[in-house]
Amino acid sequence: MAGLKIGKMVMRSLFKSPATLMYPVVPREWKERTRGRIEIEIENCILCGICSRKCPTDAITVDRDAKTWTIRRMGCIQCSCCVEVCPKKCLVNVAGYTTPDVTKIEDTFTKPEEPPKAEAVKPAEAEADKPAEAEEAKAEAEAPAGDGAADAKPKKASKKKAAEEGEQAQPDA
Amino acid sequence: MAKRTIIPFGPQHPVLPEPIHLDLVIEDEKVVEAIPSIGFIHRGLEKLVEKNEWPEMVYVIERVCGICSFGHGWGYCKTIEGNLEVEVPPRAEYLRTIWHELGRIHSHLLWLGLLADGFGFESLFMHSWRLRETVLDIFEETTGGRVIFSVCKVGGVRKDVPDEKLREIAGILNGMRAELSELTDVFLDDLSVKNRLVGVGVLSKQEAFDLGAVGPTARGSGLNNDVRLDGHGAYPDLDFAPCLEEDGDCYARCKVRVREIFQSIDLIEQCVAKIPAGDIAVEIKGKHPAGEFVGRMEQPRGEAFYYSKGSGQKFLERIRVRTPTNANIPALVQTLQGCDLADVPMLVLTIDPCISCTER
Repeated sequence: MAGLKIGKMVMRSLFKSPATLMYPVVPREWKERTRGRIEIEIENCILCGICSRKCPTDAITVDRDAKTWTIRRMGCIQCSCCVEVCPKKCLVNVAGYTTPDVTKIEDTFTKPEEPPKAEAVKPAEAEADKPAEAEEAKAEAEAPAGDGAADAKPKKASKKKAAEEGEQAQPDA
Repeated sequence: MAKRTIIPFGPQHPVLPEPIHLDLVIEDEKVVEAIPSIGFIHRGLEKLVEKNEWPEMVYVIERVCGICSFGHGWGYCKTIEGNLEVEVPPRAEYLRTIWHELGRIHSHLLWLGLLADGFGFESLFMHSWRLRETVLDIFEETTGGRVIFSVCKVGGVRKDVPDEKLREIAGILNGMRAELSELTDVFLDDLSVKNRLVGVGVLSKQEAFDLGAVGPTARGSGLNNDVRLDGHGAYPDLDFAPCLEEDGDCYARCKVRVREIFQSIDLIEQCVAKIPAGDIAVEIKGKHPAGEFVGRMEQPRGEAFYYSKGSGQKFLERIRVRTPTNANIPALVQTLQGCDLADVPMLVLTIDPCISCTER
């Protein structure tokens, strides 16, 4: 008697708390691995632009002149590809989604200006600056190496190209 | 002779969340002919292969379908791995199989819910989706995503799942069995459900073969075309036989899917018991796919086909995905002929249509 069976299930549910959460009163518990949104520790970023080149949806724009790192929140598909390729590991995928909005959110992070160096730089400080610079140079060297020699595609990082691509339809839209 | 009328079905229809349009030629409440048309949500994902490098393309291919997304990612990785002649570590193959079978459980539970919704059994629909939530939670815990996992990559998988966690998952799924059988008994035994399904839209084995039906649609007609038997992933090590039914009606197709849910739980338990330790991915450096490769995958909805053509550069020349719904539309049109107008939603639902997959 299947009617009784579903009846049993329905009756059981009547005396149980709801299977759904009372959103937004009860906040959702995120799992440890939940890929919610991309966050950046901008002070560690070296603006190498690898993340923007590897992003499948071109959601990330890196402007080296203005020292900004911009992400289109609605374009990001949370694949964590940028997190994997970041040479400084300054990108993280944190739990919790971006807050809903009626406009296409774009978050821009500006790299803070480094404190102007005093004229007489202490040798110890000069040494401390070097590894970061070496890292930047290394990351730059790596980036073009990934592109094949026969590759006819222009670099995505150029400003004009990025603007053009911004108008193209995105696969996740 | 009764007058013929054409009734449009879709692209917006209460039983279908996805846009397929059928022109139903009706004579006295009976469908004489059905003319399908698709093309409402073409996204051009295959074209994106020219813009995305092949390692990143997997995230695009995963989005071909929101339900069998893991399978699509795996299918793409399989063609590229074949192209590059890369051997995937066994642990990665087992993890892929586990996720793929979990995907099958969640796809079939979703489908059972939609079917219940289609014939107006709302509480059954709610309970199917409540059980599906358990599987989605497992996905979120192990991969970080609920429906799009981004966990498969060319050469292996991106995340490992510890053995204790796998055993816990097997325990959770085993615990689901009681409630699942309670739920599926309603689908298989309830009089009102049977009235809507038994004897409706019969597709004979020969018709299924001739029209190239795939997946549960074909297996409901007794045609064994389970691609898992081809021996990819961890399937060669696992003990299973495809679920076959002989009747070929909506009830048989429903029964195949119900049996497959339990079969998937069995397969996951076997995988968890047998999973070897070791690496989860091989690194591929300095190689780009060149040449062509064809791969096949058994998605929850049936056989999917993947083709890749590389040019030795980081952008592939061509990707082609043929999804199961595409193969099942001829079978659908065949079964629609001669059915009652009121049964059309049931028939369309029982091929488990995924139109956005079909159009990619």
